[in-house]
Amino acid sequence: MLEYLLAQISKWAIPALFFFFLLTGMLRRVPVYEAFVRGAAEGFQTAVKIIPYMIAMFVAIKVFRVSGGMDLVSGFLAPLLNFFGIPAEVLPLAMMRPLSGSSALGIATELIKTYGPDSFIGRLASVMQGSTDTTFFIITIYFGSVGIRHYRHALALGLFADLVSFMSSVYICHRLFG
Amino acid sequence: MLNLLWVSLILGGILIAAWNGRISLVTETLFNSASEAVYVCFDLIGLMALWLGILEVAREAGLVRFLAKLMRPLARLLFPEVPPEHPALGAIIMNLSANVLGLGNAATPFGLKAMEELQKLNPRPDTASDAMCTFLTANTSCVTLIPATIIGVRVAAGSRNPVEIVGATIFATGTAMVLALTADYFWRTFFRSRFWGRK
Repeated sequence: MLEYLLAQISKWAIPALFFFFLLTGMLRRVPVYEAFVRGAAEGFQTAVKIIPYMIAMFVAIKVFRVSGGMDLVSGFLAPLLNFFGIPAEVLPLAMMRPLSGSSALGIATELIKTYGPDSFIGRLASVMQGSTDTTFFIITIYFGSVGIRHYRHALALGLFADLVSFMSSVYICHRLFG
Repeated sequence: MLNLLWVSLILGGILIAAWNGRISLVTETLFNSASEAVYVCFDLIGLMALWLGILEVAREAGLVRFLAKLMRPLARLLFPEVPPEHPALGAIIMNLSANVLGLGNAATPFGLKAMEELQKLNPRPDTASDAMCTFLTANTSCVTLIPATIIGVRVAAGSRNPVEIVGATIFATGTAMVLALTADYFWRTFFRSRFWGRK
């Protein structure tokens, strides 16, 4: 049931949103074409802006993997990772995700390219990248903007949310794609 | 932390490669991976432009405002100490709505505005208030409807079904948000009672 529901959402989400957004735009008399072009220009800039992060992460991850470092780590952590059904390849992604969105995107993209978007690792990396936010970045910027120095439990809860979303990604990927 | 992680991947990689006798592979990988990263970004440009274009239409049509109206009851529940007509609540709702729609750039100004307003209600200006902690918990764990960038990466990598991860993403962000907000609720009730108990 859950599988069916989530598959239907995946299938319909994009066309439905395009339809809904454009229709609402028309009804609200938004100059839709101009608005689209303006947004697209911003998207172009974003894509160009992430290139340096992508290069940094592609290089680091690939060097670490080709050297045999990744095998070393996964061999070392194998009992723990196997118990939870976590492929060792996604560990750098899980560690990078709360720190930097663009860097994490670089790692996720590298995994998707190397193992294939429709492999288990590729799918898991996609879900992980799509489901958490850059906790450290947001907390630093938001608290910094009003001069708060004592974060209390905000950081702990943000990281807890990242952990939950990581474990939950692993669970749902096993269930849907495993 | 970020520096440490990045540097240890490369330094560790070079040392391990030297140990394993794979040092020539390192040079090759360094050069190839740099250009590969650029090619991926080029494939991404079209999809990012397409998605941000359609989101701009949504934003100008007032969809953030519409979603904000739907989320109001939830916000009242999560921020009991913020008066219902206070501008903080409006900014919080707008920020979360933009987040749900994946409008990262539009979300930030609302978020900073929300912090500014919450700070006015904060009795200790150098310490985070309960409402601030709840807001940041909701913000960092927020549900994402469409993870557009990663879908773009999947298209660029030639996936047979690039959108198949949408449902899974909603599930993962949903559980994270519910559990994190529940933890926040228990945390604040626990600490408040202890604090008052001491007084």
